[in-house]
Amino acid sequence: MKTNDSLKLHYEVSGDDFISAGIASSRVKNKLKQIGYPPIAIRKVAVAMYEAEINMVIHANGGTIDVDINSERIKVILKDIGPGIPDIEKAMQEGFSTATDEIRELGFGAGMGLPNIKSYTDELKIDTVLGQGTTIEITVYCKS
Amino acid sequence: MTLNDIKEKLSLEVIAGEDGLSNEVSGCYIGDLLSWVLGKANSGDVLVSVMGNSNAVAVCSMIDLAGLILTENSPLDEDARKKADAFSIPVLTTPLNHYQFANAFSKIFNQ
Repeated sequence: MKTNDSLKLHYEVSGDDFISAGIASSRVKNKLKQIGYPPIAIRKVAVAMYEAEINMVIHANGGTIDVDINSERIKVILKDIGPGIPDIEKAMQEGFSTATDEIRELGFGAGMGLPNIKSYTDELKIDTVLGQGTTIEITVYCKS
Repeated sequence: MTLNDIKEKLSLEVIAGEDGLSNEVSGCYIGDLLSWVLGKANSGDVLVSVMGNSNAVAVCSMIDLAGLILTENSPLDEDARKKADAFSIPVLTTPLNHYQFANAFSKIFNQ
């Protein structure tokens, strides 16, 4: 990828399909592999984006994902119109979860989603408004 | 060591994703909480779990795990089987439980 090149991708995430959740993350990961991004950066994007995509399906009835890739960094913006996060500080703590029993039976809801997103991103911004939705912006640098 | 070597030595049964049996295995991670696996397992690890759903297969694919071994002959969902075949993520089963499998794996892997 040349310095000035930029690749933009857009995905619509369905809110009622937990089984196929993760498709957008999987496509982005494959695209980064094709481009030749370093494995460490790919791993970071894969984990952070997958967790955020799963959260979007579990908690917010889906949403949209916009990805902007250039030679220096990958930026992923996940936007939903779900219920919002009442207490971000609490939600960032390992082990805190509001997931239902059904979600827990599928292996999620261990309270590791947001902590994983935080530890696998270089920059993380979360804007949330109760009753209106949440926007998560993930940035991972190529040389991270 | 490939997943196929492990299959032969530990008499595992392949139930999906046969195309990936030549994957090299560099370690083992045991867990059923998928976010935990996602955050902590290393690429090249084989995942040992009772989670036979499509999310477990997706996690293997996202972080390049060598394959999924279902202990205590846990079932694999039909959606998960299709995903494992499509992504060439090998899924194998064993009647052993997590502890018994870890013991058996450790003996052959550290030889």
